Amino acid sequence: MIELNKDNFEEEVLNFDGKVVVDFWSESCDHCMEIMPEVKKLAEEFADDFKFAKLDIKGNRRLAIGQKVLGLPSIVFYENGEKVEHLSGEDLEPEDIRKELEARA
Amino acid sequence: MSEKYDLIVLGGGPAGMSSAIYGSRSRLKTLVLEAKRKTGGQPSTYHDMENYPGVPETTASELMENFRTHAEKFGTEFKKGEVKSLEVDGFEKIIKCKKGEEYRAKSVVIATGAEPRKLGIKGEEEFKGKGVSYCATCDADLFTDLDIVVVGNGNSAVEESIYLTKFVNKITMIVIHDEGVMDAEKILQEKAMENDKIEFVWNSVLEEIKGEGIVEKAVVKNIKNGEKSEIDCSGVFFFVGRVPSTDFLEGVVDLTEHGYVKTTKQMETNQPGVYAVGDVRNKVVRQVITAAGDGATAAVMAQSYIEEEEYWQNHVVNADKPALVAFWSVTDQESMDLISQLEAMELENKGYKFLKIDTYKNRLISDRYDVEEIPTLLKIKAGEVVSKLVKPEKEEIKELI
Ligand SMILES: Cc1cc2nc3c(=O)[nH]c(=O)nc-3n(C[C@H](O)[C@H](O)[C@H](O)COP(=O)(O)OP(=O)(O)OC[C@H]3O[C@@H](n4cnc5c(N)ncnc54)[C@H](O)[C@@H]3O)c2cc1C
Repeated sequence: MIELNKDNFEEEVLNFDGKVVVDFWSESCDHCMEIMPEVKKLAEEFADDFKFAKLDIKGNRRLAIGQKVLGLPSIVFYENGEKVEHLSGEDLEPEDIRKELEARA
Repeated sequence: MSEKYDLIVLGGGPAGMSSAIYGSRSRLKTLVLEAKRKTGGQPSTYHDMENYPGVPETTASELMENFRTHAEKFGTEFKKGEVKSLEVDGFEKIIKCKKGEEYRAKSVVIATGAEPRKLGIKGEEEFKGKGVSYCATCDADLFTDLDIVVVGNGNSAVEESIYLTKFVNKITMIVIHDEGVMDAEKILQEKAMENDKIEFVWNSVLEEIKGEGIVEKAVVKNIKNGEKSEIDCSGVFFFVGRVPSTDFLEGVVDLTEHGYVKTTKQMETNQPGVYAVGDVRNKVVRQVITAAGDGATAAVMAQSYIEEEEYWQNHVVNADKPALVAFWSVTDQESMDLISQLEAMELENKGYKFLKIDTYKNRLISDRYDVEEIPTLLKIKAGEVVSKLVKPEKEEIKELI
């Protein structure tokens, strides 16, 4: 998974022609850390259909807020630079992410 | 077939984990079912823990981790699962979770606590996880250097606001009361008033949350003059009390009109073998220490319930011989006389199982068989009462045998 930050976000996500999935996370978010291994597996499984990236909101808070992310974990789906889906919340399970991936692949 | 436990605890907060510590230490096969990924209940959502006896230096989440380690040390199992139903079928209690998992237990402790009250304000649901929060420690980080609004003015609201000032730029507390009046304790109020980062809007309520995708504005209404104003903010935190998590218990155990579980001082609900502990039950002081105390009481009660019930099942309901059961109490001389009389009759040699039930200690069986007066003598065959004698005469007993 590509590591995103202020400098490459635009190029890798907003100006990208295709489908991108961004995992917004932070070390202080227990649930983010828990689902991360599962997200990595999904990234391998769905590598043909999506580009997977992650963004540590620490130090990138403005960027996250710019993407309307104010709750972790947040898994945001982009298509040709457009935000098309935003999954988030305490109850978010890897299977929810899988369903969305299957629907959008 | 689902796995069977001696004790299943619903909810992994301080009350539930205390029950589990006591239960598993007494060798009850104990399971804790917790809806959330993380155990610890409410204390896993706030920071300071200054009044738990014997632990002067700790944090709320550290204390809860210790509760869990302590329970696991004695063999408690923990599983994730949101309980959706509880069914009581005599000695068997059946518990079903959201994802269809099913568990069976001889006794159940309800420790589902309380969850934050939602106000149902416009935007509250829409912006959940997008600026609306009910948990300071979970989300504080996200609001670093931003402005937020806090709704509420009780102890939690004030404590959590003070905690949040370590992260955020500014807090506006919306207080429904007149200037200077808050529900929180005086010392907390003073701390909040002294804090430069906290401002107050008095006589007001939050009316709406607005934004494009995330929280941007809070609409506040003055209840004295009806005037509305907007506050720019990135987050809205709600600390406006709690409601018991008992929806799934309606019709199963008796609840108060506010949804709390009714219990006796021994934590018993109206269902034998089902107890309720901590914030979920009808009581006055809701703290970690009182939750822990409730938990201990319930586990001890559950243990003696199981012992009594198993004894009864083995010696009466499933026995191959008919049973004669005498209900007595030390305070009743007549009942003591009956016991000695029966003991002298060598009932065991006549093909009977003879049992004595102390009605003072064991209400469970006495209530089940509607024993109102003592002495009472029951003759039970294959679990069915074949005769019931209240204050029996010698002749009647002879006839019975
Ligand atoms: C902000 C704040 C500050 C506080 N500060 C203090 C303090 O300093 N000192 C103090 O002593 N007390 C404090 N309290 C009070 C204290 O936290 C509570 O009294 C205590 O947590 C009650 O414990 P409990 O186990 O009964 O319930 P809870 O802590 O509410 O735990 C209940 C658990 O059950 C789970 N659950 C709910 N429904 C289900 C279901 N259907 N299936 C499975 N699991 C379920 C929940 O997820 C939760 O984990 C504070 C409370 C708050 C909100």
